[in-house]
Amino acid sequence: MAMLLVMFAFILFVVLIVIIWGVAIYNALVALRNRVKNGWSQIDVQLKRRHDLIPNLVETAKGYMQHEKETFIKVTEARAKAMGASSVKDASAAESELSGALAKLLLTVENYPELKANENFMALQEELTSTENKIAFARQSYNDETMFYNNKIEMFPSSIVAGMFNFKMADFFEIENKAEREAPKVSF
Amino acid sequence: MWELIALNRKKSIFVFFLMMVLLILMGAALGYTVSFWIEASSPVNASIIGGIGAFFVWLILSFVSYTMGNDIVIRASRATQITRESYPRLYNIVEEIKIAAMLPAMPEIYIMNDDALNAFATGMHPEKSAIIVTSGLAEVLSRDELQGVVAHEMSHILNRDTAFLTFAGIMLGTITVMADIVLRGTFFASRNRRSKMSSKNNSGGGNIIILLLIVVFAILAPFFAKIFYLSISRKREYLADATAVRLTRYPEGLASALEKISSSTTPVFAANTITAPMYIASPAGSNIEKEDLGSTHPPIVNRIRILRALQNGGGASYRDYQQAYSKYIEKGFANLIPESGLKENKPVIIRDASKEDKSFSQKKTKRDINDLFIADSGYVSIPCSCGLEIKAPAKFGVTDIQCPRCGKILTVPSITAKINKAAEKEEKRSFSSDEVLQYHRMHPGKWESVLCKCGAQLQLSPLFKSQYLVCKSCKRKIEII
Repeated sequence: MAMLLVMFAFILFVVLIVIIWGVAIYNALVALRNRVKNGWSQIDVQLKRRHDLIPNLVETAKGYMQHEKETFIKVTEARAKAMGASSVKDASAAESELSGALAKLLLTVENYPELKANENFMALQEELTSTENKIAFARQSYNDETMFYNNKIEMFPSSIVAGMFNFKMADFFEIENKAEREAPKVSF
Repeated sequence: MWELIALNRKKSIFVFFLMMVLLILMGAALGYTVSFWIEASSPVNASIIGGIGAFFVWLILSFVSYTMGNDIVIRASRATQITRESYPRLYNIVEEIKIAAMLPAMPEIYIMNDDALNAFATGMHPEKSAIIVTSGLAEVLSRDELQGVVAHEMSHILNRDTAFLTFAGIMLGTITVMADIVLRGTFFASRNRRSKMSSKNNSGGGNIIILLLIVVFAILAPFFAKIFYLSISRKREYLADATAVRLTRYPEGLASALEKISSSTTPVFAANTITAPMYIASPAGSNIEKEDLGSTHPPIVNRIRILRALQNGGGASYRDYQQAYSKYIEKGFANLIPESGLKENKPVIIRDASKEDKSFSQKKTKRDINDLFIADSGYVSIPCSCGLEIKAPAKFGVTDIQCPRCGKILTVPSITAKINKAAEKEEKRSFSSDEVLQYHRMHPGKWESVLCKCGAQLQLSPLFKSQYLVCKSCKRKIEII
């Protein structure tokens, strides 16, 4: 009888430990998932900021750059496309296109010294350079967190808990084209 | 990930506890000597009380600096706070790194009006922190370089070095003060006791040996405490460099910033022993090649060497930094970076330089920063339609001004209430003739203008060699250094 009681207590003890351990892993996973979400919202804020800056930039530059209509159209189109993207994967593709179009526009600015000396344009340029950097850094930290989170989901033993509660892997925010990856170089 | 690294630093914590042992022993020693001084019955009890007391003194001081330490340090450095509007360049750079580091709140940013090239961070926790940059540094560095420096400072906040060093610094201060009291105390105690001993004819041989030991301890303890303190500080610098590289993915930025910093010999005006380890490089401006037990920072050449090796070797991860360190600086030394940082096995790619660096104009940044200080001291800027910007002092007293370029008459806007207050304060502080103003000559051998407190501008000619200058309008003496 006493033997049975001890056995019972032992089993109860083991079950309790397993439960506590499971809860700890679950909580860690939730915290990581929230960090990934937070990382994505950081990128989102900066992307929106860039979308807001582009009309201003186009407006300021238009007066000086009469012969670059096509470039402007491309930037505006890319912006509209990027604003419509909903998932991380779509956004990655659309934003890389926008980065490329912007980089091209800012490259042509080199030919217009009067525009480059415009105070308004200089302030916009600082904002845009910084926003590009912020996007790059936000992407960097988002991808770090995503890797951390995905590793945790894949690796044993946390993979058991992740499978039980249906934690899904997060997508990386990558910019595919190597040339477009250098978007932060929009200094003028 | 950063949290793990902040928590995982056994070595520093071990040294921290060694310091704490020193603190409590010092307190006990103080208690023991005081018990002789006031002729308490039980020296053992007194030393226990002393040890506990010392710990609580440290605790209270730490608590005070935890709640208001930031403000004290910033006020002592007399820095000007900047906002996104007043100086977008630096604000943006800090915000960029804040995003990279996922810091929960934006640190406050200050520019210190000092020609020395340096920067420091303060703040007990990442929610409330501040980064202070000298105006010299903000002028001279390009965007990538400034980014490296800001990332280094942000790493100190992220790794909790600022809090850690403040607590350790308070400990060092407390130990030093107590040792001083003990040394003076034993001197008095022995003098008092000598007369009593001879009268009571009481043999106190054992006590004298203990007292002698205490004196030796009181002489050595502050010395060791300082060595411990600085050893923590030096290793944290390397870690902050590694974190900065991990954040910016561009070691060359920090490397060339450090190179520029090391070439400047101007010491930081507002630095002292306790705040020195918080700067990016030794504020005394001496620590370029050698390292000894008294250095606050590792030699800059070593730091640059590691960073350049990373730039050429192609990786920005903690693992790469550790490898470069054990290859070039301390052969085979493996414990620089906490293990949680080394776990990462995905390579971290170094990015390319930003283009601004090629077209970077030091003239423009210099003018921007100058405008910042001018605006901070109450000047109003009046833009003319011809493109010229005129800056009028707070107490200008004239409502119309003619543009010197195009001749148009401009109206001076009424000055805001805040600035008026500053002007009033200046007015109230009546000037006494004993008060000598000091002016540091910025460009010897060139024309330079000195602004007197009364508002008059005086010109210094390139040939001016005298040590004093008398203001023409208020007859105040100005010392030229």
